[in-house]
Amino acid sequence: MLSVNRRPGAPSRDRKPAAAQPGAPPLEARPRRGYLWRMPGEVIEGRAGVMPHAALMLRVARERDRSAFAELFGHFGPRVKSYLMRLGSDASGAEDLLQEVMLAVWRRAATYDPSQAGVATWIFTIARNKRIDALRRMPRGGLDPNDPALQPEPPPAPDHEAEAMRWEGAIAEAVAAMPREQAEILRLAYYEDISHSDIATRIGVPLGTVKSRLRLAMARLRTRFAEQE
Amino acid sequence: MNAIQAREAADEILLDHARGAASAPVRLIVEAHVALDPAARRRHRCLEAVGGAMLETIEPVATATDALDRLFARIDAGHGAEAAATRDGSGRFPAVLRAHMPGGIDALPWRQVARGVHEAALGVEDGPRKASLLRIAAGRAIPRHTHRGDEMTLVLEGDFSDEHGRYARGDLAVADGSIEHQPVAGAGGDCICLVVTSAPIRLTGKLLRLLNPFLPR
Repeated sequence: MLSVNRRPGAPSRDRKPAAAQPGAPPLEARPRRGYLWRMPGEVIEGRAGVMPHAALMLRVARERDRSAFAELFGHFGPRVKSYLMRLGSDASGAEDLLQEVMLAVWRRAATYDPSQAGVATWIFTIARNKRIDALRRMPRGGLDPNDPALQPEPPPAPDHEAEAMRWEGAIAEAVAAMPREQAEILRLAYYEDISHSDIATRIGVPLGTVKSRLRLAMARLRTRFAEQE
Repeated sequence: MNAIQAREAADEILLDHARGAASAPVRLIVEAHVALDPAARRRHRCLEAVGGAMLETIEPVATATDALDRLFARIDAGHGAEAAATRDGSGRFPAVLRAHMPGGIDALPWRQVARGVHEAALGVEDGPRKASLLRIAAGRAIPRHTHRGDEMTLVLEGDFSDEHGRYARGDLAVADGSIEHQPVAGAGGDCICLVVTSAPIRLTGKLLRLLNPFLPR
């Protein structure tokens, strides 16, 4: 199933626990998303038998399964806390905000759509928005999937969940394959300093260099956008 | 600013939103844009996926030992109830925008800024940046102008054209000080746009230039 539409040269995605669970629903038969996002220096451990995050999300949504939620918390809690601290929260502020983020994950589990985003991306956007809320103390909208004004997209491919996974993996690969200074500038932009001038000060390059590196990184990502359009 | 630069500028705005660095008026226009334009939504989703990919590779920081218990206690206390869906059934404007006009579009504080052109502030501001709605009567033009700062215009209804192209519902036009233009609404009906500006426009028509000292700053 996962080999459908694979681009030539794309790394194989179906070698991890997939075969270990014959007869399991396709969602649960997937390799865990973290395996797809191999970054430079990351050690990939074998963890066959671990349920993929999307399947855990479905359990939380459908069965309000607390052990599934605890597993998601165990994986994403420390990462979200790290994200919040990198962007300036102190440890106790990050801990409080993490509560809000994970409470939202529990509450909105039923709105998670695996064809639209990976679990990591979905939780990232919740954390990003909660952080903005806390800074501005202003409620925010966000994209409402039930919005009647939402312009529908073209009908998804038959295997659209695998398709979503394929392009999310492609994005991660594009980031991983970037020249170091471009990947670094993206990391700083998302995870360290928010303003371009803060980034410039931090790494000791002129503001124009920050902007041109970001532009180059965007140009690389844009080739991935093009594959989607 | 040519077409490629305009596209780059639009992607940069999507990037700022995706990485959590956009101000409130910019968040509003990006969220309305991606609701109305599926292609922009896909590009935005790619940029959010960059953030997700980095979450997987970030160095984790141990959470408080009682963090999960605290969370379950709050869920038990009823804080974890599913959020009720909010929808008023009207698809005329994106939900994120309707939230800023509770009395409907006619209840906004409209004021005339040129013949056939009305503007209403939405009360979404961040420093000099503010969001407002612009209504251009069918066939009417906004006086020829350039910009002191940047300007983002999202078409919500109808269409407009300028020297650079035609913009219809869901299209986002990005302009800076290098762009001088005279947008004209299509003849088919009023054109309603969401506009985010960081500085007032600068009129460049021969006679209108004389009015510049009187424009709000």
